[in-house]
Amino acid sequence: MKPAPFAHHAPRSLDEAVAVLGEVGHDGKVLAGGQSLIPMLSMRLAAPAHLIDINGVAGLDTIEVTPDAVRVGATVRHRALERSEHAYAVLPLLRQALVKVAHPAIRNRGTTVGSIAHADAAGEMPSIAVLTDAVIEVRGPGVAREIPAHEFFTGPLETALAADELVIAVRFGRFPAGTVTGFVESARRSGDYALAGVGVAIHGADDAVIAARASFVSVTDVPDVLDLSPVLAGANASDLAARADDLVTAVREHVAPEADIHASADYRRMLAAELTRRLVAEVMSA
Amino acid sequence: MSTQFTLPDAEEMLPVQVQINGVRHGASVPARRLLSDFLRHDLRLTGTHVGCEHGVCGACTILLDGEPVRSCLMFAVQATGHEITTVEGCGTIEAMGPVQQAFAECHGLQCGFCTPGFITTITAFLRENPAPRAPEAREAISGNLCRCTGYQNIVKSVLRAAEIMAEQGGQER
Repeated sequence: MKPAPFAHHAPRSLDEAVAVLGEVGHDGKVLAGGQSLIPMLSMRLAAPAHLIDINGVAGLDTIEVTPDAVRVGATVRHRALERSEHAYAVLPLLRQALVKVAHPAIRNRGTTVGSIAHADAAGEMPSIAVLTDAVIEVRGPGVAREIPAHEFFTGPLETALAADELVIAVRFGRFPAGTVTGFVESARRSGDYALAGVGVAIHGADDAVIAARASFVSVTDVPDVLDLSPVLAGANASDLAARADDLVTAVREHVAPEADIHASADYRRMLAAELTRRLVAEVMSA
Repeated sequence: MSTQFTLPDAEEMLPVQVQINGVRHGASVPARRLLSDFLRHDLRLTGTHVGCEHGVCGACTILLDGEPVRSCLMFAVQATGHEITTVEGCGTIEAMGPVQQAFAECHGLQCGFCTPGFITTITAFLRENPAPRAPEAREAISGNLCRCTGYQNIVKSVLRAAEIMAEQGGQER
């Protein structure tokens, strides 16, 4: 349970971080909050020769609210984003999901951007990234590019990032006025990985749904968006019950859970559908 | 019969400068030294306990700049420039802190292995939430495991610690 030896790099600037990462490439791993990486190192599931510790890099620890996004820097802790009243005011979905990320002691250290770069489909924030049509800001040697969240996640723990590229920020897209959101998950123990989880964003006007979408935790290979507009368009809180069967069917057909020691695939599929049904009702009646 | 052992290359030693319970400490450690091991093995501050060593059990929780974090999920070199409070900084046998006193009064510990993590976690929680209700106290300790299953008395201890702190006029520690 001790990490294998590695060289620790502590760059002070983004240019320096990118230069080091460019040199070590496949032998290097970026260390931000370390709440997923350090357990993997301790269990020796990973043994990179170099760790590029970006905690001292200037300028990566800011949360900015712009007219269409909440931009979160690579070293912003989950807890800081959860507590940001400014971010909550324009995109409450962030806090709604962040409070479900492990426990406060983990959120005090873990970073939101790091959990997205880690790309665990059992993580809350990758799911929120796709639900908000987030943009992943990436820097590499001589490269600065932006990757839409739906193209970023390519497989379990796999992303479109090259070995010498670093995520410097994620811009979570804001929803149009009149959008309500919610997030819920079910876990065996408080703060543990969810058996299933779901976030929804429902855009409405004049007491009728115009568009609705959902994304899931732990029941898809990669986080992706389910468009619920065909099922929910025109609905309001009072006639929602009539659409429950279609809603449940849409979710059951979308998710592709795998069985493990904690729950069967069937149970997870049922759970995802039922959590979605309850969450949509709750969010629309709020 | 002689066997030739090849020793691995000596690991590079890196400096750590950190303030722990109000005392400055400096040391040189390999990059891979976990903060939990640094506290216990290098500094002999054995109040911090190491349980699962992958962030689940909460026994190794310390306060980093006042906020609870898992010391097994940080490297010692990352602590440079930060202030750390361990359970040793939460009171002494002669002068227990309010959380420690509450644990003693409410039988909040049995074997005591998990206790250091509970004390630090609850100390930080009560600073933000000085008058918690029982469900909030339960939520606050949900990231710490006790295998003596003493949770009922730990919840009582949280509520009692809040009372003690209120009696002391909100003075910390």
